[in-house]
Amino acid sequence: MNLFNIIDEIENVDQEIHERLNPRRAALKSFLNFGTKVTVAAMPFAIGGILNKAYGQTVPGDVKAILNFALTLEYLEAEFYTKGVATSGLIPSGAAVAALTTIRDHENEHVAFLKTALGSDAVVKPTFDFTAGGAFADVFSNYDTFLAVAQVFEDTGVRAYKGQATGLMSNKDILTAALNIHSVEARHASHLRQMRRARGGAAANLKPWITGANDTGIGSSVDAVYAGEDNKNQAGVDINQLNGVGGKISANAATESFDEPLTAEAVLAIVNPFIK
Amino acid sequence: MEEMSNKQENEGLKRRSFLKYAGAGVAVTALAVAGCKKSDNHMPNPEDGEYFGSGDIAILNYAYALEQLEAAFYTKVAESPYSGISTQENSFFTDIRDHEIAHREFFKAAIGGSAIKGLEVDFSSINFGSRESVLATAKAFEDLGVSAYNGAGRLIQDGKYLVLAGKIVSVEARHAALIRDLISNGSFADNTVVDMNGLDKSRSPGEVLEIASVYIKTKLNVKDLPHY
Repeated sequence: MNLFNIIDEIENVDQEIHERLNPRRAALKSFLNFGTKVTVAAMPFAIGGILNKAYGQTVPGDVKAILNFALTLEYLEAEFYTKGVATSGLIPSGAAVAALTTIRDHENEHVAFLKTALGSDAVVKPTFDFTAGGAFADVFSNYDTFLAVAQVFEDTGVRAYKGQATGLMSNKDILTAALNIHSVEARHASHLRQMRRARGGAAANLKPWITGANDTGIGSSVDAVYAGEDNKNQAGVDINQLNGVGGKISANAATESFDEPLTAEAVLAIVNPFIK
Repeated sequence: MEEMSNKQENEGLKRRSFLKYAGAGVAVTALAVAGCKKSDNHMPNPEDGEYFGSGDIAILNYAYALEQLEAAFYTKVAESPYSGISTQENSFFTDIRDHEIAHREFFKAAIGGSAIKGLEVDFSSINFGSRESVLATAKAFEDLGVSAYNGAGRLIQDGKYLVLAGKIVSVEARHAALIRDLISNGSFADNTVVDMNGLDKSRSPGEVLEIASVYIKTKLNVKDLPHY
């Protein structure tokens, strides 16, 4: 992930960036050195911080960093479905290929939309390894593995956008666009969960919504994707103690009725195995 | 056939809400002029309807009103399931009912003393014995809910409420996708809700309340509800 391109790109359009940064040049220098030691996971937001310092309130560097983070996730999803749909013999014809084509098209539209919004500040597409270093070795030859990875990407996407919403509050139009992508990812997740349920097996009891932590039937390798989804407390209110029908709201309903956000760091830790 | 019934449903919604509007539709009209009445510092008059408050409290009451509507609808669906309902569909509807009740009770608890009262609903336009009518209404409510939260996001001042709205809207979107698939498999995110950029719909509070007003008997005072 060529995240340092962001600073290079800004130098192209803003020759004065180093002047702007001058009082903090030492800080930038130490950040760049620091960058060689820290994991990629922490970087987009650190860069966002630097851009903020350089531009103050005029150019929302944090918004750009968030959009590049979102773009990276959309690149991942778009290439995944594009490859899957193009792999002959992977996806059953009819409803399955139609649904996955719909999802593929949305993800490619999200990539195009975010690239347009970012212009020359858009990060380049990383090289992906959809087997995640061999964890999902048959992802493009076993339909059930493909659907499992798809579900994990969509549920992660929902959590990722949710986690960045407050960082976009300074730009209402971008916030609205991000929310409009967020709910589309949730629609995808719902449909993929239904597709997996229809396949039976480990996913036979899967619901369109998330019940507790890791209801996927995939195993502990995706625990991080669902960490915290078993939360039953919202803004100090214990949902499990509220009145439902014939008693309190059940523990399952309490976790299903609220989807939880993930931090960028947690999301990047999930997707890094898929990035070469 | 499906398209047709949805269209009829939508047109029915528009016509009825227009009639209500023309008569006692103070609520939405008030919304449009609220911005011009900054000098009005009087306490809300109970005769003007159930007062939502202002700022984030008003947005929370707005969400609370919509969740009341959804919870009441699914409670009725679960009490008197449509003829021929499958075990699977019944189970999904029971889950959705419980989610909407959880949302409603959450808002009631979170808003506390500033919460609007329980709204009186009007479901006379819905045939609860018909799968087609129930699913069409469920689809309308869920898609409306998604667009309402999406559209309200920009009006929220406090980030913690934005995150809460985000936690709920994706669950509504999961419901919407399921209901749509029950009507026609594969329509979970079709081009009636997702545009050429892959973006879902947003609706302003005024648009949402105009559509929802068909189902709400209680008079609403939304003069200080943030809007655009």
